[in-house]
Amino acid sequence: MKIIVCIKQVPDTQKVKVDDKTGVLIRDGIDTKMNPFDLYALETAMKIKEQINAEITVITMGPPSAKEVIKEAYALGADSGYLLTDRKFAGADVLATSFTLAQGITAIGGYDLIICGKQTTDGDTAQVGPAIAEHLAIPHVSWVVKIKDVCDKSITFMEDMLDDIAIAKMNYPCLITVDKDVFQPRLPSYRLKQQAETKTINILTLEDLAQKDSEHYGLSGSPTQVEKIFEPTSEHEVERFEQDDKNNAKLLYQKLKELKYVKELS
Amino acid sequence: MNYKMIDQNDIDYFASIVPADDLQAFSAVHDDYTHDEMTEYGRFAPEVVIKATDTQQISKIMAYCYKHDIPVTPRGSGTGLCGGCVALNKGVVLSLEKMNKIIEIDKENLVAVCEPGVLLMELAAEAASAGFLYAPDPGEKSATIGGNVMTNAGGMRAVRYGVTRDYVRGMEIVLANGEIIELGGKIAKNSSGYSLKDLMIGSEGTLGIITKVYLKLLAKPMKMISLLIPFNDLRSCLQLVPKIMALPNQPTTLEFCEKEVILDASKYLNKQFPSKDYAAYLIVSYSGNTKEDIEKMYQDTANLCLDKDAIDVYISDTDERQESIWNARGAFLEAIKSSTTTMDECDVVVDIDKIYPFLSYVKDLADQYQVRIRNFGHAGDGNLHCYVCKDDIADDAWPQIVNTCMQKMYDKAKELNGLTSGEHGIGHAKKRYLSEALGETQIELMKRIKSAFDPRNILNPGKII
Repeated sequence: MKIIVCIKQVPDTQKVKVDDKTGVLIRDGIDTKMNPFDLYALETAMKIKEQINAEITVITMGPPSAKEVIKEAYALGADSGYLLTDRKFAGADVLATSFTLAQGITAIGGYDLIICGKQTTDGDTAQVGPAIAEHLAIPHVSWVVKIKDVCDKSITFMEDMLDDIAIAKMNYPCLITVDKDVFQPRLPSYRLKQQAETKTINILTLEDLAQKDSEHYGLSGSPTQVEKIFEPTSEHEVERFEQDDKNNAKLLYQKLKELKYVKELS
Repeated sequence: MNYKMIDQNDIDYFASIVPADDLQAFSAVHDDYTHDEMTEYGRFAPEVVIKATDTQQISKIMAYCYKHDIPVTPRGSGTGLCGGCVALNKGVVLSLEKMNKIIEIDKENLVAVCEPGVLLMELAAEAASAGFLYAPDPGEKSATIGGNVMTNAGGMRAVRYGVTRDYVRGMEIVLANGEIIELGGKIAKNSSGYSLKDLMIGSEGTLGIITKVYLKLLAKPMKMISLLIPFNDLRSCLQLVPKIMALPNQPTTLEFCEKEVILDASKYLNKQFPSKDYAAYLIVSYSGNTKEDIEKMYQDTANLCLDKDAIDVYISDTDERQESIWNARGAFLEAIKSSTTTMDECDVVVDIDKIYPFLSYVKDLADQYQVRIRNFGHAGDGNLHCYVCKDDIADDAWPQIVNTCMQKMYDKAKELNGLTSGEHGIGHAKKRYLSEALGETQIELMKRIKSAFDPRNILNPGKII
């Protein structure tokens, strides 16, 4: 079977500064890494490959420097990788990003299963995965927390519905987004990293895609306009309980109840 | 020595020095103050617990106790592993937990000045937020700085940066008779007579009470990358340690662990480790300012390991990956503890080319006495932690088994020219083994030093010697 894993290069820090004047993220000098949720997606693919015969292809969209994230995927065991890169893809929102990725996936073709991470740590929308499936008109399920069974026709998994867990089976072709802890991601292998240096990274530009009208891509294909980006403020409140153990425990319990961290069973 | 039993007059005197909230007497003494992390070594209740808040209070308390022959046991956060902070002879436990102020981060001289009750994690965070590194990195982050100094605590970064001793520039000490002295200071060098400061370090509160400490800071490297290197057997894993240490780039940490301990930690934390299929692992870390610099630093190690018997070399280069390794590594002790009913530990240090011979002997011991012994440790400096676990061994059979195993391990360390403790100290639990390791002459010298500082033997009596 053929598995496509969508990956994204994100800043390797939670503390990206925002340029006060332009409102743009300052990415210069900041290390990048693979979106942590995508590591779970790739690990899920690797675990499936350990069970049945599978070929793993990763796809990402980004500037030419996003080749690094494909190399990292190779060091984690991916078989082939595609980078969607074109100046016309720049400035894409959820709609344009998912459309571009869907076009790229169609260009690669022949897939059975697409796996995405639940969300990225920079965009945080958790919508790109499902949107890709909608563009491709294939079934999809989000927030998969456990793979129950996998064969060459279908996949069975557990989906976190917050209050409930659903177990579902989907026939290929289909798309899932996985939550963290579905599997513990492996670490990149130094052996594979060395091989990755000479391994081909396939480049896809607008020319290679079926839909060639640039109005669908990048800023022009994005109905969402970002008005302002700003750093969130965080507030820490400290409350000290300084009575005896018994009363401290009581006060702590009251506080946790008040903040709805604990619920009394009725 | 006969110490004075504490009576109401003594309590009244203490109450005139510290507020009622900072004084616990007799039945009001909280159980926490009767033991350290190793309850296996017994509970010893002091007659009084005093939580001091400044040097003058301590000076007055010491002068009084000196005059009245009342033993005083100083205590930080009680995270020791050898019974160093328990009141063997009753008397006063002098808790320094409330002296927890970081007085200054001196950015010009790269020195932190703090009170002894500051927690290691607090100092590390404060230094980091000013752009500096407090380099010693003992596993127990909730230990106090005072406790770290008094046990000369080591930790995982000792391979590159050294131990607590290497970072202590000076200190304020209250002597047994209440006199206050300053040893060293912020100054970087000191050839001015005997180094009393260095005698204090590692003295476990038997020579004086530390009330202020000056600690060296370093410029903080921006990044650390770790390699997790799996092997099919412990011998191939450990034989690479001296070779890695001889490479031009010094690792920041060089730890070893075995599969069983990783599984214990995964179970304890309910978190998966990134790899757990192989018998033994090295964790080697390098620090630098850019990812590219560090990649160059670790190449030689990675290539050497692949040339020898390593299965692969896994790279941990993001916060999430580092957490998945180091959270587990940090929980090894607690994980082993929670996996058994009771246990005893040894913290020997041997030459780095003797780690395998020592551990191989420990494995034979475990087989011979049918007891589970878990090991891990700081391979880069030969400091090993071995835990003899009781599990379901019968209560009456246990003392004989554990004492024999401990004795044999310490004997073996001595035979290999190793020593009793690498970083945990001696306390009262390891006294016998220290005296066997050092011999009469050295112990006698130590006793004379002790009596020079504390002629009435009121400072933490019954510890070390």
